[in-house]
Amino acid sequence: MKHISKTADFILLGCFALAVALGPFIFAPIGAGYPDLLQKFAIYGIFAIGFNILFGLTGYLSFGHAAFLGVGSYAAVWSFKLVSMELLPAIGLSVLLAGLLALAIGFVSLRRSGIYFSILTLAFAQMCYNMAYSVLTPITNGETGLRVLRTDPRYLDSALGYSAKMPTLFGLEITGWTGYYICGVVLIAAFGLSNAIFRSPFGMTLRAIKSNQNRMGYTGFNSRPYLLSAFVMSGMFAGLAGALLAATDPLAGAERMQWTASGEVVLMTILGGAGTLLGPVIGTGIIKYFENIFSAYNETMLSAMFSFVPDGVREPLVKFMSLFVGDGWQLTLGLIFMAVVIFLPGGVMEGVMRLFRVKHTPRVRSLGDSPQRDMLGESIIEEMPSDYDSSGAHKHPAKNNVTPVAP
Amino acid sequence: MDAFILQILNGLDKGGAYALIALGLTLAFGTLGVVNFAHGALFMLGAFCAVTLNKLLTYEIVRIDPTRTTPWGSPLEVKTPYVQAMLGDWGKFLIDYSVPVSILLAIPVMLLIGLVLERGLIRFFYKRPHADQILVTFGLAIVLQEIVKQIFGANPIPQVAPHIVSGSLALTDTIVYPYWRIVYLAFSVVVIAAVFAFLQLTTFGMVVRAGMQDRETVGLLGINIERRFTIVFGLAAVVAGLAGVMYTPILPPDYHMGMDFLVLSFVVVVVGGMGSLPGAVLAGFLLGIVQSFASMNEVKALLPGIDQIIIYLIAVIILLVRPRGLLGRKGVMES
Repeated sequence: MKHISKTADFILLGCFALAVALGPFIFAPIGAGYPDLLQKFAIYGIFAIGFNILFGLTGYLSFGHAAFLGVGSYAAVWSFKLVSMELLPAIGLSVLLAGLLALAIGFVSLRRSGIYFSILTLAFAQMCYNMAYSVLTPITNGETGLRVLRTDPRYLDSALGYSAKMPTLFGLEITGWTGYYICGVVLIAAFGLSNAIFRSPFGMTLRAIKSNQNRMGYTGFNSRPYLLSAFVMSGMFAGLAGALLAATDPLAGAERMQWTASGEVVLMTILGGAGTLLGPVIGTGIIKYFENIFSAYNETMLSAMFSFVPDGVREPLVKFMSLFVGDGWQLTLGLIFMAVVIFLPGGVMEGVMRLFRVKHTPRVRSLGDSPQRDMLGESIIEEMPSDYDSSGAHKHPAKNNVTPVAP
Repeated sequence: MDAFILQILNGLDKGGAYALIALGLTLAFGTLGVVNFAHGALFMLGAFCAVTLNKLLTYEIVRIDPTRTTPWGSPLEVKTPYVQAMLGDWGKFLIDYSVPVSILLAIPVMLLIGLVLERGLIRFFYKRPHADQILVTFGLAIVLQEIVKQIFGANPIPQVAPHIVSGSLALTDTIVYPYWRIVYLAFSVVVIAAVFAFLQLTTFGMVVRAGMQDRETVGLLGINIERRFTIVFGLAAVVAGLAGVMYTPILPPDYHMGMDFLVLSFVVVVVGGMGSLPGAVLAGFLLGIVQSFASMNEVKALLPGIDQIIIYLIAVIILLVRPRGLLGRKGVMES
């Protein structure tokens, strides 16, 4: 086992904080230097960091994480309606409720693993989504979405004689650049927390579970409480992201809970590199950038871009390119998704590592067997001997899941 | 009692669709060991085969009708589908029957799509874990549905059943049941029976079943099991496509119909038991009927919103009480 020094972690955290602080200047050259988009980077970054604690560390692929984001949003809006326009009570309520929901869903879902776990979480998330549209309409306001109104009671605010039009943090309105820096501070905190979890004995246990859960069981180790804790933690991160989402845009709708939203966070995490510290944040940045910039393009802009191409070629070229931008950006998204899973299962981080030929970075062959790496590219758990992978039991797709007896 | 029968009937045709999709999913899973999240997209592609054929057949040309004139005395221009103009009554018949005729188009098209997908993409994922398979097929599903959206637009495109079965059957005074749903039910039963007969009665099917049991031994006997499994994947795509073609008069197809059905059919597969073909069929019909009972007004009054969540609720209960599903085999997808 390699030991990562605490100094390296602090340097990483410092660099990350610096990057967040300089965000407006870093992203300005690529046309992303405006607060609304950067807020989204930060918020979905928190979401993906939380998802990574579950998927990256334990390998359990949840397809229902959007439910926690949605519950967080609803809880925050209710807090803005009933308690106060302050952000802190909203965050507290969101994290608490999302954590409780994660506890309930995780308790049931984690009794199964593999694809069954994925389908169970998907089923629960769809259940929440459908309920938000039907039975729970009094709480969620159905298709209209839940919004903050001026006439809402806000008992704490009226008791203190405080009034604000928008959600605030200590009186600062969470909009524009203020909003970005508030989200950014939370993102840095989330990043530091996830760093701490990665380095802790708890994180090590989760990696061991991913590496070989059966062997953990054989040694008399009960893995479920650890898995459940990881699941609840990642649910709470999602709830936190949901609260911030509601604070920057005080309207909560059920479409945030749809399973395509769950798919998106999976994509962000694996695009950046599941199991790495920085990966999810980078993946989020790429996806949200594509979503905002590419979906804004249209044919006129494309024609202007390709004005140097001869006329005869330009028209078909623009027609072809316009399939991938504007309304068609999801097509691009799907193609990126496939390309990453096929060619770069370790995500962007893996690509960067290979580019710089960092030592001890074995090539990741698949998401499932991705060696446990951290940001510095050092293998934390020793690799299995190479003949382990090529033993008969693993060659066989239908028996893929039959865990081979330890050699 | 009438309401009871009606709900069972209502559930059966939806159950037929679930069963067909789940059957294809299970075929792909049982043979290739691949969890295919793009299977719903194949269902959608099948439905758009019907749309394409209908669009091709009803392409209109303008002709001058010599026997009639407009009120102003000039020759009357009429728009006729060119098929009708060329083939006369035959063309009319063809347009009327465009949905069932699409089956003939859908079989080769879906078979080709299935084979290309398997050879071009899925086969590289046999040795990778299920999470990778889920993710790459999820990406594929997004790509397929976005392509369809680019070509056909985002709005649902209604299709009509042939005139002869467009009415409803009055079982009693209170039970009215559209003929097309009976057709769909019969069709799904026939397709399911055909798939089972193919697997049980032919030599090819025997080899495939043997391969599902023990792929290595079959391979050692000198049989090219890979190629047979490729064909089975094509077959699964055809089954999904046919389910989609015939479902178009019930639900106007749009580009995301596949996703909506996919989540449900995965639940069906899990309830039936991963890797069990009879389980998939049984669970498909069962869940279809349960869902239609849950959407009865009396039930909804008692338990509001139950119709929306009943299927997921059942899946959760089944997985916890009987983790292998109703008819699941031992050792499938168990860690």
